Amino acid sequence: MIRSLNEALRRIPVPLVWLAGAIPFALLLWDTLTGGLGVEPIREIEHRLGRTALYFLVASIGVTPLLRLTGISLMRFRRALGVLCFAYAVPHVLAWVVMDMGLLWGQMARDIVKRPYLLFGMLSFVLLLPLALSSNDWSIRSLGGKAWRNLHKAVYVAAPLAALHWLWAVKVNEPAPLFWLVAILSLLGLRLVVRRRLNLQTLFRGSKKQA
Amino acid sequence: QPSPLSTDETPNTLEEITNYNNFYEFGTGKEDPARYAGALTTDPWAVEIGGLVDRPGSYGVDDLAPDNALEERIYRLRCVEAWSMVIPWIGVPLAGVLQKVGVQPSAKYVEFETLLRPEEMPGQRRAILDWPYREGLRLDEAMHPLTILATGLYGDPMPNQNGAPIRLVVPWKYGFKSIKSIVRINLVSDQPVNTWKQMQSSEYGFFANVNPEVDHPRWSQATERRIGAGLFAGREQTQMFNGYGDQVASLYAGMDLRVNY
Repeated sequence: MIRSLNEALRRIPVPLVWLAGAIPFALLLWDTLTGGLGVEPIREIEHRLGRTALYFLVASIGVTPLLRLTGISLMRFRRALGVLCFAYAVPHVLAWVVMDMGLLWGQMARDIVKRPYLLFGMLSFVLLLPLALSSNDWSIRSLGGKAWRNLHKAVYVAAPLAALHWLWAVKVNEPAPLFWLVAILSLLGLRLVVRRRLNLQTLFRGSKKQA
Repeated sequence: QPSPLSTDETPNTLEEITNYNNFYEFGTGKEDPARYAGALTTDPWAVEIGGLVDRPGSYGVDDLAPDNALEERIYRLRCVEAWSMVIPWIGVPLAGVLQKVGVQPSAKYVEFETLLRPEEMPGQRRAILDWPYREGLRLDEAMHPLTILATGLYGDPMPNQNGAPIRLVVPWKYGFKSIKSIVRINLVSDQPVNTWKQMQSSEYGFFANVNPEVDHPRWSQATERRIGAGLFAGREQTQMFNGYGDQVASLYAGMDLRVNY
């Protein structure tokens, strides 16, 4: 069953994932132009971009645990998921700089160093930048597989920081940011605990032998 | 009738004022109050006034704010979250209400309490805050002519999501001081508890005067964003005491406002 699922997944062209990834942005644009964002559109634009970036981040770090645990491979789409995350993080930061803060550079600089939630968010963004820039075959070739993989382990720092950035920004305990922080930590935990692909048949044979 | 205490700034639209609210009794989202407050029963309504007063008792909204005493007060509202609006309230000075019930000399503070009714206030079914919501003012703040009990806005009765049927408005303090849907007013001798301070005293104080020089630990209070100003309008400088310094700064003469935030 998993084999046929993987077969089907292989037939999905990667550009389709890119296209699907643009849908949240198109919807946001539509809502912005038609006044569907309520009376405070800036906050809504900023938050929706940030949430979408986080969802793609979680999807991209979920690929490996999913493969190891179930054998389902989304590996072909991982680059798209990661770059889509960054593609939403950029306008998220821009919305904050231009619309929310109104280009008050001094206040922004002071705020970033003073406010943990902004510091977490900015650190996460800065960590994701080289990952997005090196998400191409040429970078993998010139860095070498090992160095490239090590570089991309930075996502395990960037992801919890992004979730903390959300959690720290709210005034009272909200379920959503807490949920995503736990989800991210669980995915990271799975990667550490389940080090290779589980093979159910081998496990079954092994236990038979012991019996 | 109009009042010389009103600002001449252009008020926000009714749509803005009624669709962007912090009223955690109905949920933590800004749109939650507009969505859920319709179910709140505001008639009949009674405000229990007690403590150090000569005539304690249960008062109706009309007893406290009779139609012929209503004034329009167009005030700036500055939220602790660094956004602002201009709102044309309808109400009566709190001082008049307090004089009517007779404040005893030993009273130093006024304590307010919001309705506790989880069946109609879905936010109260979660322990996000220690319900019911409570706020307090020093007696001189409560007696200040800018401080009103509001029962309407834009000439109409108060929309539920804005704190119907009767709420406090203290324009030189962050919005959370202006407690909504009041059911109890107590005159007391000691500083009362206020809910946000109780929740996180490092971030929210008892006085909560608008002050661009004293930041909230998690964000700057130096500037604010006016709701409805447009996507690229930028930020405005926040004014000391929200621009009411001429009238209220003397209340805090000699006090260190960094300590008493």
